[in-house]
Amino acid sequence: MDTYSLLREFADSWVLLFLTLVFLAVFVWAWRPGSRATHDDIAQSIFRHDLKPAAVASQTKEA
Amino acid sequence: MWDYIKLIVLGISAVLAAIAANFAHDLAYMVNAWVVMLAAAAAFVWEIRHVGEPRLHPADEYMDGVVRAGVIATTFWGIVGFLVGVVIAFQLAFPALNLGNITDGVLNFGRLRPLHTSAVIFAFGGNALIMSAFYIVQRTCGTRLWGGNLAWFVFWGWQLMIVLAATSYVTGGTQGKEYAETVWYIDIVITVVWVAFLLVFIGTLWQRREPHIYVANWFLLSMIITVAMLHLVNNMAIPVSILSSQSVPVFSGVQDAMTQWWYGHNAVGFFLTAGFLGMMYYFVPKQVERPVYSYKLSIIHFWALIFLYIWAGPHHLHYTALPEWAGTLGMVFSIILWMPSWGGMINGLMTLSGAWDKLRTDPVVRMMVVSIGFYGMSTFEGPVMSIKAVNSLSHYTDWTIGHVHSGALGWNGMITFGALYFLTPRLWNRSGLYSLKLVSWHFWLATIGIVLYAASMWVSGIMEGLMWREVDANGFLVNAFSDTVAAKFPMYVVRGLGGGMFLLGALIMAYNLWMTVRGQEARAPQNANNLVPAE
Repeated sequence: MDTYSLLREFADSWVLLFLTLVFLAVFVWAWRPGSRATHDDIAQSIFRHDLKPAAVASQTKEA
Repeated sequence: MWDYIKLIVLGISAVLAAIAANFAHDLAYMVNAWVVMLAAAAAFVWEIRHVGEPRLHPADEYMDGVVRAGVIATTFWGIVGFLVGVVIAFQLAFPALNLGNITDGVLNFGRLRPLHTSAVIFAFGGNALIMSAFYIVQRTCGTRLWGGNLAWFVFWGWQLMIVLAATSYVTGGTQGKEYAETVWYIDIVITVVWVAFLLVFIGTLWQRREPHIYVANWFLLSMIITVAMLHLVNNMAIPVSILSSQSVPVFSGVQDAMTQWWYGHNAVGFFLTAGFLGMMYYFVPKQVERPVYSYKLSIIHFWALIFLYIWAGPHHLHYTALPEWAGTLGMVFSIILWMPSWGGMINGLMTLSGAWDKLRTDPVVRMMVVSIGFYGMSTFEGPVMSIKAVNSLSHYTDWTIGHVHSGALGWNGMITFGALYFLTPRLWNRSGLYSLKLVSWHFWLATIGIVLYAASMWVSGIMEGLMWREVDANGFLVNAFSDTVAAKFPMYVVRGLGGGMFLLGALIMAYNLWMTVRGQEARAPQNANNLVPAE
């Protein structure tokens, strides 16, 4: 079996299944229980740090 | 030390470009070599006047200078691109405007058309994306741009690429691939600048001071990475000489065509859609001062777009040498794409829920809403046109041109205007825009211009599609090609007028932005950036 046929066989079966499952997993992940607070917090993040960068959390974290 | 290395590199570049110009095999290469020589010499002079100066990058300040430059560049290239578009629209209506006898073909439609498309997509759209990415990633990560002056390298490298591409097209340089006309050495410039863009963006994300990466950054990052991949694969070619603009593509035949439209469609999908959705997910919530309607929906929108878009390219090659299964695959994925697109549109529009009154009071919000509306309309029209039966009528007609422009003028143009109106007062620390009335004028001129453009192209496209397939009782074609050209004349004039109104609106915007900065006093500075003079 040449490389093209082998890869194509693989792509048409296992890779397709894998990608479909990953795609569905994204939906489950987005609607996982308890994620609302996190998502609300991220959605609000655009209203922070408009004028200046956030304060550095620790002294070691120097840009 | 670093300063001296830069000086040596720039000096050698200028000398090598001068030598290359001398030995150039063709006009486009020679003109580009001159441009490189002048750019390297100008950069050399600038460097030598600033040798040894400390380059300050305080971690507690944003890097806004490069975003300000992006605002100016976006506005400037937008007007250049729209102007060339209006010129070529009237060239189609009145072929005498090609001026073939006077300019020896330099200003004919075939050379100005790639100049127009590249100017609006890569110069206007590209600068809008770079400007927005640099602004958004700093604010949502709460940190300064990574990489010191690398962001400035991205900005100036991109402008150099634009000037090289423009001078190359009018002097006959092209590799004959739509939206990828730039010849091999300009492709290398694009690659270098784009990798620097990626580094600045990822570096900034890496040192973010917010725990999560806001959704706009996901869209922008996917745009940068995917465009890099598309650009590298579609431009694989072997130059015939290091002193020539000509090259031979690695692929041939239908493989080359498929690679080109895999590139072409995903340039629309990732450059003009994912990147501009990143702008939508930041600027719309900011302008209406409400968080995005559903953050969960934005996650689904992102991943669905990423998973589906990349397969839609073959719909550009229905009824060609491409295998039928590939065309069917492209068509099916194009139709499925309708769902995430409309999910995103609903998410953008519903962000206004509870703040719909702003539509009446804030013309910038109005502009953004119309832009999302055009996103919805063109992402509905696109899947319809990808259906084989519809495509057999619409392909090769003006319907395609109308579709592209309702997306480009309506969605990309309007959201960029909204971003420019949002950014200018903030970046130059002015209390507001110079005139909301002028924004309203811009809004109506642009909207009516787009409607005239799209409507005339629908009429013209469907008419010529039907004329091409019309047969008499004996099975003979009724119309010659020239009959359709003659019949399209009134629609071409209307299209040119619509484009002219869009251009006029953009000129009003440029005046308004200029007066916002120059016609008003700055407010008291709120951070060190606000102390810089308006420049």
